[in-house]
Amino acid sequence: MRILSVIRQVLDAEENVRIADDRVDLASSKLVIDSMDEYGVEEALRLRERLPEVEVIVMAVGPERTEAALRTALALGADRAILVETSEALDVIAVSSVVAQVAQREQVDLVLCGGQQADWDCQGLGAAVAERLHWPQATWTTQLAIDGTAVTGKHDVDDGTETFAFALPAVITTQQGLNEPRYPTLPNIMKAKKKELKREPLDGFSATPRLKLLHAEVQVKERLRVMIDGKKDPAASAAQLVEVLRKEARVLA
Amino acid sequence: MILIVAEQANGKLSKSTYEMVQAARDVGRDAPVTVLVLGSGVASVAVEAAKIAHQVLVADLTALEHYDPELWSAAVAQIATEGEASLVLIGGGRAGREFSPRVAVKLDAALIEDAIAIQDEQGSIVAERYSFLARVTERVRAISPVVVVTLKPGAYAPASAMPEAAEQFDVELNLPARRVQVTGRESVKTGRVSLTEAEMVVAGGRGVGTAEGFTALVEGLADQLGAAVGATRAVVDAGWRPYSEQVGQTGKTVQPKVYWAIGISGAVQHLSGMGKSKLIVAINRDADAPIFKVADYGIVGDVKEIVPAIIEKLRS
Repeated sequence: MRILSVIRQVLDAEENVRIADDRVDLASSKLVIDSMDEYGVEEALRLRERLPEVEVIVMAVGPERTEAALRTALALGADRAILVETSEALDVIAVSSVVAQVAQREQVDLVLCGGQQADWDCQGLGAAVAERLHWPQATWTTQLAIDGTAVTGKHDVDDGTETFAFALPAVITTQQGLNEPRYPTLPNIMKAKKKELKREPLDGFSATPRLKLLHAEVQVKERLRVMIDGKKDPAASAAQLVEVLRKEARVLA
Repeated sequence: MILIVAEQANGKLSKSTYEMVQAARDVGRDAPVTVLVLGSGVASVAVEAAKIAHQVLVADLTALEHYDPELWSAAVAQIATEGEASLVLIGGGRAGREFSPRVAVKLDAALIEDAIAIQDEQGSIVAERYSFLARVTERVRAISPVVVVTLKPGAYAPASAMPEAAEQFDVELNLPARRVQVTGRESVKTGRVSLTEAEMVVAGGRGVGTAEGFTALVEGLADQLGAAVGATRAVVDAGWRPYSEQVGQTGKTVQPKVYWAIGISGAVQHLSGMGKSKLIVAINRDADAPIFKVADYGIVGDVKEIVPAIIEKLRS
């Protein structure tokens, strides 16, 4: 079996967002593998540990710097990596086209990616890839088992959870709760340097952009920041808060 | 036409459907607003939809009793193609976010996820949405004739009724076979208003101390206010609360009129899920907690003393 784990390199959540020329400027910011994608990498590795003859390919569509994220995935244990290189900020639908083409070329049986990525705040990649490949999908998966071509698992839906079953090939999107991702060890980081990381230009793929980014800005909502000391007299502070919420903010009856 | 895929629950149109109709009216295209109702036993939903739309299309089929991304996307793409829809609006819940990408691929359309505003600019759709964990507001232009949009819940006011009820039409669908077998369902029924639709949310973090503390303080205050209950990731990870209540990067995004943060420090991942709330009230013992930087009203103190006092005051 061959598993394709799709990752994005995103801004570390602890870093501040900087804007330059109406765009988010990531130069000199700390970048990491998206945390939801990381659950996909980990799940692929665990499936390889449990099942016979599994190859784990990790891929990304992004600029040259994305190589660092792919190297990290190789250090975590992926067998080889593919970077489809572009400096263009492609939308989900365009990226899904590239991922589907790679999945077909590499003849993979399972595509894993995060439920949502922390840069574009989009959830559509997995489903769009599944549609292009005419495969079934499960999103927001928290449990996954594979036996032969039979896939079973559990995922979150609008008002609770569902257990599901379908046959490979398929697309699964991953999230918190599915597993606990490992950390790369120093020997594995060294080993990863020798693993195959294939860089391919975007030109080799068909990917029509569907969205054009016009403008990006950080809008900071002005907050009142009225502080009440509740340490000396908790009851009085509670009463004061209820009073202002009723009379000033008018949000309580 | 502008095609809206109705979101519904328990035989009623969801608030999000009213919001999508308002967005369609505001978009500034002289096109009829068509609501598509998919499901089984959805006659009452269609009647409700007819009050706000120009036209209602209904597929009331046993095959559609339960949602499935492949069936839903096939149905929506077929109707959009037949009706030559230039704009397809889909609700921003889990299901809508899941089947809308399939619709976009089928229609060779642009997909704009979680839009907070959409408008027509010289024939193309321009939308505002959040990115980078909701810290950035971006404007995007669709560069395709057909555009699929999911709308962020709460971004638009619900549409009011039209003077006359719209006509309803039954539609024939060519549906694919269902491939995903749902082998079990567990729904979380709390009896409270849903988290993403609530006008007021009371959320708790580790600062409430224990699962019992959460029940007493957070649920206690929520029930007193008629609010929905939210939780931080730490609280969900600790097993105190179900995942369905998690607010933040890996949970739900909420934008209520009032958000109460009880014992929540305010990590970026949490702020990304609630930072757009209209008014934020925070109670935390640490005066330096980041949550106070985004709070309109804050009390520095022990939640175990202050929250019961608030409940008491509200009761009196």
